[in-house]
Amino acid sequence: MMAEKGPKAKALAGGTDILVQLRGRRFFIDRLVDVKGVPEMNELSCSAEEGLTLGAAVPCYRIYEDDTIQSLYSGLVDAAFLIGGIQIQGRASVGGNLCNASPSGDTIPILIALGASCVIEGPKGSRTLPVEDFCTGPGQNVLQDGELLVALKFPPPAANSGAHYLRFIPRNEMDIAVAGAGASVVLEDDKETIKSARISLAAVGPTPIFAEEASELLAGRAASEGSFEAAAEAAKAAARPISDMRGTAKQRIHLSGVLTKRALREAVARAQG
Amino acid sequence: MSKKIHVQTNINGLDVDLLCESRQSLLEVLRDVLNMTGTKEGCNDGNCGACSVIVDGRLIDSCLMLGVEAEGKEITTIEGVAYTHGLHPIQQSFLENAALQCGICTPGFIVAAKALLENEPEADEGRVRHWLAGNLCRCTGYDKIVRAVLDAGKTMATQSKSES
Ligand SMILES: Cc1cc2nc3c(=O)[nH]c(=O)nc-3n(C[C@@H](O)[C@@H](O)[C@H](O)COP(=O)(O)OP(=O)(O)OC[C@H]3O[C@@H](n4cnc5c(N)ncnc54)[C@H](O)[C@@H]3O)c2cc1C
Ligand code: FES
Ligand code: FES
Repeated sequence: MMAEKGPKAKALAGGTDILVQLRGRRFFIDRLVDVKGVPEMNELSCSAEEGLTLGAAVPCYRIYEDDTIQSLYSGLVDAAFLIGGIQIQGRASVGGNLCNASPSGDTIPILIALGASCVIEGPKGSRTLPVEDFCTGPGQNVLQDGELLVALKFPPPAANSGAHYLRFIPRNEMDIAVAGAGASVVLEDDKETIKSARISLAAVGPTPIFAEEASELLAGRAASEGSFEAAAEAAKAAARPISDMRGTAKQRIHLSGVLTKRALREAVARAQG
Repeated sequence: MSKKIHVQTNINGLDVDLLCESRQSLLEVLRDVLNMTGTKEGCNDGNCGACSVIVDGRLIDSCLMLGVEAEGKEITTIEGVAYTHGLHPIQQSFLENAALQCGICTPGFIVAAKALLENEPEADEGRVRHWLAGNLCRCTGYDKIVRAVLDAGKTMATQSKSES
């Protein structure tokens, strides 16, 4: 159904981006295909053994109302709970947030931090790729004509692991991130040493950024302020922000550091349980 | 004019058959096709909550849902809030607390409050403010709205206790 119309066909999930964009006449299409009826797109299965499979069209509220997800993937719950208001969360999906590929998409950094991968189906078959390789520019992603994101797959949480996402906005709710940071950490059994970490930033580049250096330098270091500080400096170096009505590039670089530290602190606290 | 699509849905407890265009939002269908003008349009882009309705138990903005998506759904609009014998406690409480001025935001706030209080009549102020963050009001300054919702919650909690 999608392939037939090529670039003139688009998927409809919760509609919280695409209906606004169509109404704003940002682009014109011939066909909008409601993907919410596809069973795989609505799948939500989560366990400590198998990890999490999140159908691309599952709305945010189903994520944060799920007790198992709350306990195993609280970092994802952070992001799902701060998209828009309650009305938006009743419809908006994480899959749509990712496909929309906004640099400020609040769920994308935590998907990257949690090591999630995209399951993509299309006329030529299926493929899987890491979330950090999915967005290619503002509003651009790797999907070819006729391809759909079916689900996001998250590896089972490692022992002694924790994650957190937070953003800076001038209001309490209902705003677009000036900057955001997601972090996940795995601690050694001593719960004092970092085994591995992943850090990702929102709204400080043309796509969400996987801050690889900041992530890697944490391996083997103490879970302490000094280490968080070092990661924050590396995250600032990875940020490539622009200045716009929401904030200046300078402010965003500063925020990348502050938010990275805070995300790490909370991720470690959660990992220590 | 594109071809019209037949939609069967349920609004405020009544089965409804309607014809709409595939591009029409649920908000447009309610207001322009069904003449149910209680649901308001503020921004038409999901920011103000004036168009709030409840679909299958979930609070949503009807401007961000297509009319054709209403197929097989159960929808509650502001027209379905009052009882046949009088006002709903939330409506009564908005009047008593003077929680409205121009009134354009009021149907959205009342529907949003209903979606919260029916499940959590004892929601505290923080919860109420967070829940209503997707509803904007240019007149009241919100405080009276929050008081009205908290008061209505108390009434609803005592009502449900006296019923059970
Ligand atoms: C008032 C308001 C407040 C908001 N606040 C925030 C916020 O705080 N933080 C934030 O990050 N976002 C925010 N958003 C945007 C957020 O709601 C969206 O990004 C949402 O997550 C997109 O999901 P959806 O299901 O609504 O997608 P849709 O709008 O249905 O689709 C979005 C895009 O993805 C494509 N798409 C959807 N599903 C698939 C699929 N399975 N395969 C391929 N392509 C697909 C669509 O074709 C479209 O291009 C807000 C939006 C509004 C209206
Ligand atoms: S009119 Fe729908 S949210 Fe404003
Ligand atoms: S009473 Fe006028 S907008 Fe709320």
